[in-house]
Amino acid sequence: MRIYLDHNATTPLRPEVVEAMSRVLRETWGNPSSIHAEGAAARGALDGARSEVAELVGAAPEEVVFTAGATEANNTVLSGVRRHLVTTRVEHPSVREPAAELEEAGVRVTRVPVDGDGRLDLVALDAALEDGADLVSLIWANNETGVVQPLPEIVTCIAARAPLHVDATQALGKIPVEGDWDFLSASAHKLNGPKGTGCLVARRDAPVLLRGGGQEAGRRGGTENLAGIVGFAAACALARKEAVERRTRCAALRDRLWERLEKLPGARRNGRPEEVLPNTLSLELPGVEGDALVQALDLEGVAVSAGAACHAGAVSASHVLLAMGRTPEQALGSLRISVGHGNDEAQIDEAAERIHALLQRMASGKPGE
Amino acid sequence: MRAVVGMSGGVDSSLAAACAVEAGFEAVGVGVRQLEGASRCCSLADARRVCEELGMRFYAVDRVDAFRREVMEPFADGYLRGQTPIPCVSCNRTFKFDVLLARARAFGAERVVTGHFARVDSDPETGRRRLLRGRDRTKDQSYFLFQLDQEALARAWFPLGEMTKAEVREAARRRGLHTADKPESQEICFVPGDDYAAVVEGLRPGAARPGAVIDEDGAVLGRHDGIHRFTVGQRRGLGVAAGRRVYVTSVDAETGTVRVGPPEALEVREVRVRDVSWTGEPPVTRRVEVQVRYRQEPVKAHLTERGQEILLELDAPVSGLSAGQAAVVYDGDVVLGGGFVAGAGP
Repeated sequence: MRIYLDHNATTPLRPEVVEAMSRVLRETWGNPSSIHAEGAAARGALDGARSEVAELVGAAPEEVVFTAGATEANNTVLSGVRRHLVTTRVEHPSVREPAAELEEAGVRVTRVPVDGDGRLDLVALDAALEDGADLVSLIWANNETGVVQPLPEIVTCIAARAPLHVDATQALGKIPVEGDWDFLSASAHKLNGPKGTGCLVARRDAPVLLRGGGQEAGRRGGTENLAGIVGFAAACALARKEAVERRTRCAALRDRLWERLEKLPGARRNGRPEEVLPNTLSLELPGVEGDALVQALDLEGVAVSAGAACHAGAVSASHVLLAMGRTPEQALGSLRISVGHGNDEAQIDEAAERIHALLQRMASGKPGE
Repeated sequence: MRAVVGMSGGVDSSLAAACAVEAGFEAVGVGVRQLEGASRCCSLADARRVCEELGMRFYAVDRVDAFRREVMEPFADGYLRGQTPIPCVSCNRTFKFDVLLARARAFGAERVVTGHFARVDSDPETGRRRLLRGRDRTKDQSYFLFQLDQEALARAWFPLGEMTKAEVREAARRRGLHTADKPESQEICFVPGDDYAAVVEGLRPGAARPGAVIDEDGAVLGRHDGIHRFTVGQRRGLGVAAGRRVYVTSVDAETGTVRVGPPEALEVREVRVRDVSWTGEPPVTRRVEVQVRYRQEPVKAHLTERGQEILLELDAPVSGLSAGQAAVVYDGDVVLGGGFVAGAGP
């Protein structure tokens, strides 16, 4: 039996999502920009999807711009920065890389540090905004550790000195969307929707990255990926309906797993439990090589990740854990376990047993049976 | 039972993987990523594809930084010290075998399988594991594996050890492996076009040691840009006119002096070897054979231990021996061990 515990990398599609997408692929293949009946049907589906996504993020439908995922949304927002970008040391590569490119082009980039629990240093954030900034861009819930930044406090700290962009890719569908942000990025495949679809929610004018046929009210060119968008909306509808139940259930499974793993020698959690996404367990296991452990666990039928999946194959210590003050050795010995839809208590118990057995075998240095 | 198969993406490791699957192992492919981008020695995309063809799991292990630090830079530093290092030895040991052994431990695998042309058996008297030359002497790779110890040999299986290269290709073709007709990899994977000097200069910019080229009597024949451009036994590209055929006979990193001389001056009969390791117990026999280059006929020699080093007195002289080369000690087909040339004399 395979046990999938890597829901921060991606999630399985819910049957309701597949059904909604199949229907669009079969029946609603028109171009939403066309004036005829086929086009109108597609436009209707697009509008409905927009309202659904807007509802989950607490925005007006016209503020939602569909994109090909959060990477595009992040790149879009950052492309408008001209003088000063304030961001953090724990960003996803889709913010880190564009930020580095801006810096090379002469833009001032301030990267606010975090403390040992991954929380943003608000004093440093305040200082960074002394001369103002074009944009504050920060990851709301971290993809590697699950640490959730306190948005209300951050908004207070910024005190309207710069627009705020939150990368909500990991947060959406796991915790309620709150706060007075200006831009929000999200991706469908992190909440049981399809890959290749996401959105930028813009409460003020956003830069335009992809110019084309005037779609998305001129904010994102290219004929809409209607099946993906409708799948995204279906996933958002489920997330809204199940919000409370999902949080409680994930947290219970995650805590059950931690109870079974906390006796592992030297094991410790990254981030304060009450400040971490309900589904994420970021573990430090001293003296263990994270990538070997992930591969060995895969052979035992347990899918987890060391650091972030985007870095698969590259053994460089996670910049997120280094920013939290871990040594490279500690960072390389870290494991990210993230639960989600489809997991149950039996799976958690079985996974914990397999992890224990594997670590015992690795420590003994003996071959298996 | 599980087996870890070291996969480089070439035909040899592809066939080794097929052999492991056919032998009934739950074979898991492991490819070590050593260089950024594609290299001719190791193509992990091909390795992954072969594993798919064979229904095996495949994992890449990233060792790009460590490979640079532990193989490429010591290689450059060796040249800058006037030596002729052989990076494939430490690569095979640290970057192929040690990684594979560690993965075997993590995966609970009994065997480590690679496509080397070498063999492993048990000594009928002592029961100890022995490393032997591959049956195909033109492809024998035991020279690169002399640092394997009993623990490594206890797990190692080289399915190609009894085969010739032609048989390997034929067997790969028969199994429809897409790497069956892939060309041979070059000898040193990170030295494109055999341009050693460029690699050394790239890894250690500004470290070139210029100096004089002198003949056996000390007469200065010319100047050179850096000793890393010279290796003992070299004849071409000396940049001096001696009026006769001369070879590099020694490279002195202290003074930057490159000495040249006639071919006779290259001949050595005594070899001092450092960093010696044995595949089993240190040999009892004093009469051994020694091989100082990959694909060279071994020479009979008398072995004496001298503290940390060994001294090999050769029955017949060898030519163009340089510090840093591996000297591998054989008893017939059996690899006893070896080390690296520390010094040589006539």
